[in-house]
Amino acid sequence: MSDPAAHVLILGAGHAGGTAAALLRQYGHTGPITLVGEEPIPPYQRPPLSKAWLKGEADADSLALKPLEFYAEQQIDFRPGVRAVSLDRAARTVALSDGASVGYDILILATGARAIALPLEGKDLAGILFLRTAADAEALKAQVGPGKTLAVVGGGYIGLEVAASGRALGAEVVVIEREARLLARVASEALSGFFQARHEGHGVKFLLAASVTGFTGEGGRVTGVTLADGRTVACDAVVVGVGAAPNDEIAKAAGLECARGVVVDLDARSVSDPAVFAIGDVAHRPMPIYDRMFRMESVPNALEQAKQAVSAITGRPRPPGECPWQWSDQYDLKLQIAGYAFDVDATILRGDPADDRFAVFHLKGDQIQAVEAINSPPEFMMGKQLILNRKPVSKPKLADPSVSMKEVAA
Amino acid sequence: MAKITYIEHNGTEHAIEVKTGLSVMEGAVKNNVPGIDADCGGACACATCHVYVDDAWLAKTGERSAMEESMLDFAEGVEANSRLCCQIKVSDALDGLVVRMPESQH
Repeated sequence: MSDPAAHVLILGAGHAGGTAAALLRQYGHTGPITLVGEEPIPPYQRPPLSKAWLKGEADADSLALKPLEFYAEQQIDFRPGVRAVSLDRAARTVALSDGASVGYDILILATGARAIALPLEGKDLAGILFLRTAADAEALKAQVGPGKTLAVVGGGYIGLEVAASGRALGAEVVVIEREARLLARVASEALSGFFQARHEGHGVKFLLAASVTGFTGEGGRVTGVTLADGRTVACDAVVVGVGAAPNDEIAKAAGLECARGVVVDLDARSVSDPAVFAIGDVAHRPMPIYDRMFRMESVPNALEQAKQAVSAITGRPRPPGECPWQWSDQYDLKLQIAGYAFDVDATILRGDPADDRFAVFHLKGDQIQAVEAINSPPEFMMGKQLILNRKPVSKPKLADPSVSMKEVAA
Repeated sequence: MAKITYIEHNGTEHAIEVKTGLSVMEGAVKNNVPGIDADCGGACACATCHVYVDDAWLAKTGERSAMEESMLDFAEGVEANSRLCCQIKVSDALDGLVVRMPESQH
């Protein structure tokens, strides 16, 4: 089935695309590989952008998945600074922004997602920033420091990590969130309250249930964020972190089935075209443990799907099913999340938030659907396994921290 | 710089010169050594960079942190010389280090 001489064209040189290119060689693919990326640098780790990068503890070299020489050594034709413009599935060619047309035998769409902009008055003022790329992080880094006020629009993970980094660099930070609590879409209320208190302890100010209506500026530079209740939050820079949208336009235009991203099967293969795969933030994928399809934005998902696609391309068995997971670091808190809280009918708190060590379990019947663990690796690691193998648990044992997680799972 | 020998579970050896300041994990991943996944990139969040440190090098590679200890407790095939190699910083003192990989990181 697999053709080791096939030309694999990978569109998008983020975590998913970069990993797929390296894995193809690791799994013995000998045919040509072309890796096309919009950014000027080779694939790198994005999670540190909101943390180590802002604090000056990481740069493009330290975050690179592989050094630049790797691509030449491995005969991967890496083309930075170039975007795919259109896809012709009948001819099996992709038109690139530099005018080139590249043919393929197998196409991997790893075009990721982009930060959503707010279509509001003043949105184009200088100093209104996003955080998606190393260049974004560099621009933001120049705006935060003592004496500066940073307004963060959006109390999600990106917003909170930026807030923590901003405080570490001595800036004043105001987080503006539309919902009545932080992390409203992605975390439990217990966790929202915990993070809010911790950030307030570090001097972050919050405006919750606050709707942004526009931005004010002077001389083309942002000076404030205006709210629906008439208030204006004065600031020197704004970071907008209100979510991301998949870069699936060329897939849609080429007639590939898309939902919230390119629809794929368990091999990360497009359901419309066996020669096309989609991986990472751009893919709308099945997740068997929840018996549903959805799109995820996380590094573990990018890695897993790269593995699925490359296994299928190189004729290896499909990787075993996984439990999705992610993490976030803020101050001295390590948050590890396994699973998604779908169809949940009970929530169990294990441990005491006052100890900075606790976990929130989300259950459907007596099965764990998701766990959010603060500084609690056993709860995360064992929770992840229990979610994956769908093993029922005893709720009283789960709620009792004196019963070890190994015993809970026994 | 330190020369580090990474030995896959199947016995394949990779001898790599790793720059001081990188982690033992980064030395492997940046050189495409198979068998060390390091899904989280060194945040000590995933336990997929598990290695066995050759006994002669145990003292020089230092102690496990509480977080590392706790993560390792739930990894497969953990031994007394198990480490998460994202937590081992490379220095000249580690020149000659040998680490072996478990059968699987998941």
